[in-house]
Amino acid sequence: MIGVIDYNAGNQKNVCLAFNRLGEDVQLVSQVSDFDRIERLVFPGVGAFGSVLTYLNETGLYSAIKEWILEDKSFLGICLGLQVLFETSEEAPGVKGLGIIKGDVSRFSEGKIPQIGWNKVKSRSSYIDDEFYYFANSYYVRPKEEEIIAATTEYFREFCSAVSFENILALQFHPERSGKAGMELLKRWVS
Amino acid sequence: MITKRIIPCLDVKNGKVVKGIKFQEIREVGDPVTMAKEYDTQCADELVFLDITATNDKRSTVVNLVEKVAEQLSIPFTIGGGVRDTEDIRVLLQSGADKVAINTAAVMKPEFISEAAEAFGSQCVVVAIDAKRNNDRFEVVINAGKKLTGIDVIDWVKTVQKLGAGEILLTSMDRDGTKKGFDIELYQNVGEISNLPLIASGGGGSLDNFTEVLKETKVDAALGASIFHYSEFTVIDVKEYLQKRGVVVRL
Repeated sequence: MIGVIDYNAGNQKNVCLAFNRLGEDVQLVSQVSDFDRIERLVFPGVGAFGSVLTYLNETGLYSAIKEWILEDKSFLGICLGLQVLFETSEEAPGVKGLGIIKGDVSRFSEGKIPQIGWNKVKSRSSYIDDEFYYFANSYYVRPKEEEIIAATTEYFREFCSAVSFENILALQFHPERSGKAGMELLKRWVS
Repeated sequence: MITKRIIPCLDVKNGKVVKGIKFQEIREVGDPVTMAKEYDTQCADELVFLDITATNDKRSTVVNLVEKVAEQLSIPFTIGGGVRDTEDIRVLLQSGADKVAINTAAVMKPEFISEAAEAFGSQCVVVAIDAKRNNDRFEVVINAGKKLTGIDVIDWVKTVQKLGAGEILLTSMDRDGTKKGFDIELYQNVGEISNLPLIASGGGGSLDNFTEVLKETKVDAALGASIFHYSEFTVIDVKEYLQKRGVVVRL
């Protein structure tokens, strides 16, 4: 059973529908007790760093998610779901991210913001192909450790578009909105 | 680098795709979900659905459409047409739309844009602007092209940007449905003053039309309807043509 975190912002439905199309069962996770029934956790990503972390703290989901990850259980983060793994974000000064990954989140300084559309991903991971995937982001992650970078992309500068290590796979782009390439990626993650 | 996007647009009335010319004549064209899947296989980058049903029952028809499309489609889609308030937006996003386009309601109450951006994130909020030439200016038109507002498009774009819109979908009313080419001057003018992602719409009737607007203006995407609905060209035809002429596209 795949659990998709429901933090009441916009659209996590498309992530659920994408897994359904792969024949997977999905459950929304909105409280701590929901974690008992799932084997894999997905953090979908629409919204803002500050308000999402506030919500996670208020609901107890912050510690539940952190524990899940530190216990080495399967985790997929998408867009904001990648950014919250870091320590801080320029989007919300003073707000602490989950701090699982050393580094911060910074705002693009060139080009139109947000970056919206399909961009090429250069992969370092067997989960991800060298393909176009769909991005909708104003911020990008800056991990301190080079080895965890799973993919890079260029948007007026080269930036980290995915990380992967141990039980974690986290993507800046939206695999659930990236057509065939995205579905392939999700298929690999669930198998 | 990021690619230029080709976006088929489907006008939907009472659950069926229709296409008008200069916002007036209406002809029926097909089933939205079938057409959406077809465009997905043709490598469309995104889809835009504009609901032009004009009944009180509207919201449930649109939600139904959005749910059915979201089940099948794995590329992003935007829904617009008669979106009045943040509750409308919430319902549409929760039904599965990736982005919601707002037009008349934003002109009537500009703060609606910032309310929406704060509640849902600016990347979900597309401000659609219909423009009509008026001497050497472009004027904002509302109510599905029926009412001139006296507002200059340049001023409105500057305002919309400040209020937190994520993207602008800018349609030339004069060119819409004519297949006579995009209004290049309109996009050049707006490109000078705006740094928001910009989608050109209205008049895309030939392969050269798309090449022209994507090479000679700063637009990030071009929308087409008649050119695709009547199967004159596929999205792939357009993209291959563009790629040969040096435009970066996803193929």
